[in-house]
Amino acid sequence: MLKLEKVSKTFNLGTVNEKKVLHEINLELEEGDFVTIIGGNGAGKSTLLNMISGLYPMDCGVITLDGEDISLQPEYQRAKKIGRLFQDPMLGTASEMQILENLALAKRRGKHRGLSWGVSKSEKEEYYELVKSLNLGLENRLTTKVGLLSGGQRQAVTLLMATLQKPKLLLLDEHTAALDPATSAKVLSLTEKIVNEQNLTAMMVTHNMKDAIDIGNRLIMMYDGHIIYDVRGEEKHNLKVSDLLKKFEEASGEEFVNDRMLLG
Amino acid sequence: MGLFYTYLGAVDLGLIWGFLALGVYITFRLLDIADLTVDGSFATGGAVCAVCVLNGIHPILAILASIIAGFIAGAITGLLHTKCKIPAILAGILTQIGLYSINLRIMGGRANLPLTTANTLFNDIATSLNINKYYVTFIIAILFVMVFIAILYWFFGTELGSSLRATGNSEQMARSLGINTDTMKLLGLMISNGLVGLSGALNALYGQATDVRVGTGAIVIALASIVIGEVILSSKKNNFALSLASIVVGSIIYRIIVAIVLQMGLNTDDLKILTAILVAIALTIPVILGKRRQISTYKKLTGKEIDKNA
Ligand SMILES: Nc1ncnc2c1ncn2[C@@H]1O[C@H](COP(=O)(O)OP(=O)(O)OP(=O)(O)O)[C@@H](O)[C@H]1O
Ligand SMILES: [Mg+2]
Repeated sequence: MLKLEKVSKTFNLGTVNEKKVLHEINLELEEGDFVTIIGGNGAGKSTLLNMISGLYPMDCGVITLDGEDISLQPEYQRAKKIGRLFQDPMLGTASEMQILENLALAKRRGKHRGLSWGVSKSEKEEYYELVKSLNLGLENRLTTKVGLLSGGQRQAVTLLMATLQKPKLLLLDEHTAALDPATSAKVLSLTEKIVNEQNLTAMMVTHNMKDAIDIGNRLIMMYDGHIIYDVRGEEKHNLKVSDLLKKFEEASGEEFVNDRMLLG
Repeated sequence: MGLFYTYLGAVDLGLIWGFLALGVYITFRLLDIADLTVDGSFATGGAVCAVCVLNGIHPILAILASIIAGFIAGAITGLLHTKCKIPAILAGILTQIGLYSINLRIMGGRANLPLTTANTLFNDIATSLNINKYYVTFIIAILFVMVFIAILYWFFGTELGSSLRATGNSEQMARSLGINTDTMKLLGLMISNGLVGLSGALNALYGQATDVRVGTGAIVIALASIVIGEVILSSKKNNFALSLASIVVGSIIYRIIVAIVLQMGLNTDDLKILTAILVAIALTIPVILGKRRQISTYKKLTGKEIDKNA
């Protein structure tokens, strides 16, 4: 499904600020895998997702998605197959445009954008039902500009947008980090529901180790640009937070690692 | 009667320069790019149109040629910006400077071209129908404005137009939805400068002459029209066609203001500084008002508390 072979990234190559952030990462995801990713601040989690989405060019390595080599494709082209949510709720939506218009733009991900109407009549009804399913009362405000919504509401809309056109891969980078605990839980359960219903392949970065254990079928731990732990299935679900902390100590070779490093 | 025609003439000029303002609105407000190509492409529109009519080409075809010339000018800035990664302002300046030489070439090395011997649309229709030129211009220009606002309204409602707006509003979001944002910027710059070229062409026909320096400061005049238009519309409902119309109205009001101050004896040479001050003030007022409101609210809410504690 998704395959990374020896993917490396160094920022500011050849300057005093040179920083190797990903070290020859190898990773293979199967169809329907839902991977949670944990690791301390600066471990390279966001960079890994950004390499896959094409936000920055990578130094070397090969990324294959659904049998296609996307290593050198520009971001907008990869986006045809990849749905994405950002940590910052402001990034995933266009604030000056209506909820309807945002959804309609997302509906056309990977499709030709021509001279027919940006939002068709039949779509409006479809989106009404869809937004209603969020249970946020937004279905009666479909012509409101997205800029007037709260961060949590925006993130929920972005989640719909990323999955409106079924993506081959869904990338979630701490997409609930900016939300209050209640809203965060709501968006997270919505994420699980959508991923399960559509049987999506997904990667989710989180600093909440309990969520990382409970959600998805596979867990990856990163440290200093390496994948230091990769566990799936039964073994993953039987993990405890303390196991993860221990694993982190072992692999990193540091004796006194406190959970703040992981919890961020 | 003379005074009436002065102001009707100002309205005509406002309508004609309204296309310039519409073009700048697309880059400045929708794409969030400050495009300085327009000072050059406005003159290009005038030059191309002038040379066409002088060579016996029908004015309508000459106008089309000017629009196409505008497209090309916008495309050059667009390519410099998206392919060569030159900052938009600088890309626009480079094209603008380059166009000065090209405009002179188009005009056969002459800085000024009178069109009195050619068919300049407004004048010829006025003569053949025996109606005053100001009325004829008014009617033709209004028709042009309506047609182009309708086209723009339609275009920005389409899938392509929405993608363009999304690019200007949230580039990261647009790219993550598979929109080629570089293409959108290129397209936006082309459409914008096409409108500017149209404006330059109509201006040359109306004035029956064109000058290589006619576009100097055009960007500032366009911004003045946009901010005036936005002030008029500020409280009204958000409707795109209305926004576009208000910009043309802004352009007309600007021309009327100019006519008034000239009437009051202001020197034409001082017009540019006046316009610059007008735009600076118009852009500053909302900031100052917002700040004052915030401080007075703060004093009202906090001041009493402090008094009580004292
Ligand atoms: N654009 C950039 N330029 C230079 N260095 C960068 C850039 N982006 C990230 N880095 C560096 O790369 C390292 C990894 O960053 P990354 O954002 O991938 O970490 P992360 O695992 O997502 O951390 P967090 O949990 O804080 O989000 C950090 O040391 C960071 O400073
Ligand atoms: Mg991160």
